[in-house]
Amino acid sequence: MTATLATAETVVAQNVFFYLIAAVMVIAALRVVTTSNMVHAALYLVVVLAGVAAQFILLGAEFVGVTQVLVYIGAVIVLFLFGIMLTRAKVGAEDGLSHDNVVPAILTAVLLLLVMGFAVVDFAKAPWSDGTLVIDALDRAPTTVEQVSDSIFSTYIVAFEAISVLLLAALIGAIVVARKE
Amino acid sequence: MTLAHFLAVNPPYWVETLTKIGIGLVAVLLPTGALVYLFLFKMMSFMQSRLGPMEAGPYGQLQLLAEFGKFLQKEDIFPSKADRFVFAAAPFVVLVSTFMLVLVLPAGPDTHFIDLNTGIYFAMAVSSISVIGILMAGWGSASKYSLLGGIRAAGQLIAYELPLVLSVVGVVIMAGTLNMKGIVAAQADFGVWFIIPQFLGFLIFLVAIQAELTQPPFDMPVAESELVTGYLTEYSGIRFLLFFIGEFATAAVFSAIGATLFLGGWTIPFVDANAEIMDYIGPLVLAGKMILIAFLIFWFRITYPRFREDQLQRLAWKFLIPLSLFNIVVTAIFKVVF
Repeated sequence: MTATLATAETVVAQNVFFYLIAAVMVIAALRVVTTSNMVHAALYLVVVLAGVAAQFILLGAEFVGVTQVLVYIGAVIVLFLFGIMLTRAKVGAEDGLSHDNVVPAILTAVLLLLVMGFAVVDFAKAPWSDGTLVIDALDRAPTTVEQVSDSIFSTYIVAFEAISVLLLAALIGAIVVARKE
Repeated sequence: MTLAHFLAVNPPYWVETLTKIGIGLVAVLLPTGALVYLFLFKMMSFMQSRLGPMEAGPYGQLQLLAEFGKFLQKEDIFPSKADRFVFAAAPFVVLVSTFMLVLVLPAGPDTHFIDLNTGIYFAMAVSSISVIGILMAGWGSASKYSLLGGIRAAGQLIAYELPLVLSVVGVVIMAGTLNMKGIVAAQADFGVWFIIPQFLGFLIFLVAIQAELTQPPFDMPVAESELVTGYLTEYSGIRFLLFFIGEFATAAVFSAIGATLFLGGWTIPFVDANAEIMDYIGPLVLAGKMILIAFLIFWFRITYPRFREDQLQRLAWKFLIPLSLFNIVVTAIFKVVF
């Protein structure tokens, strides 16, 4: 896994698997919002998140991919399922899963599309890019844990500290909400 | 890969992959069978002043095959109100988690499935997938006992995942790497196995895997006297067998991970860890150390009575997690000072 992955054959294989995984993710993501059962929606979300982890690993970002599994599949989805099963554990189709807030939903979707579209277009202008939208991750060795930790604690230290404070605030908030004496 | 050495050929990719899958199956099922026979059938019986299975084969050694045949020919029953797909898929989710755990275990300098940079981190991540399988089983059965068992299991596994991961962090700080082979090499360099400097971490690790495996005294999710058998209640035949294999295979794999982290993995003291011969005796050494840790797990399992749910949660959140944080701080100070 430590060697570079850039022979012509592996690039073809990586492209094939990228589109295969992407297709599975799109179908599962559609099922998340169209299924008529809450637990099924959460389980389809597992497929989507596992697909994200697989894409990260395909791009050589092993650490991020494993973190995706540990945090999202191992913790967030488990808490989702836990919450759903404690409150409404119905087997079979459920009513009233859709709501009428169409306008805010469309606004959010358009805003998200704009931000992500800007990120993709801006990527082509980045100093390491050759002006195309092709991510040339295959030329490099996979990112190591050392590289990730070094950049977190040097380049991105301010963002890291800001997120730490945010998480601490959320933690204290959760305790305040839960402790009603 | 050792096979290439051994046969003096360079097999094509698909042959190598198929061979690895075959070896992986053996590497999971053989230790699982050994643990069930040695500890669950024999040691448990001796500790309870009985002989255990004696009829099938000498000393009942073929009892496992008999059990296997029994489960295979039972009817695969689906409860009429169950969510059929979720119910059917749940045991496989648990098994996938177990088989992915084996992937990062090294059993010699060149004997491994994949040599991941993030070895132990990967193991911690995929071990948490089994919770989803258990929740699927609990919910998909459409039975209140199953649902209660599934929820109890999820609460317990989330609680004990934290001390498990935090107890491993001490070892990672000492080794300076997440790679499993790197951790083994670091122990060879350090002089003594990490069980000596990380004894507190080892104890926390043992308690945490006992709970992660839902072995007694942490078997609240399948408490027979309260919940029939928890999330397993509605399962029979092959799917029950899959859950059973998953439980004991995970016990075997976690014991092997413990042996790698704290007992030096495939290495033997005073023998060069990278000698070529270690590729062949390494797996046996690792199996021996795995049996040693599994012995401790089953010893506790047979000796202690079941915890109450609140005692179990209090032990994790108020005792083990602060203790493992303390262990990390002390280890980090020693790492910086010396």
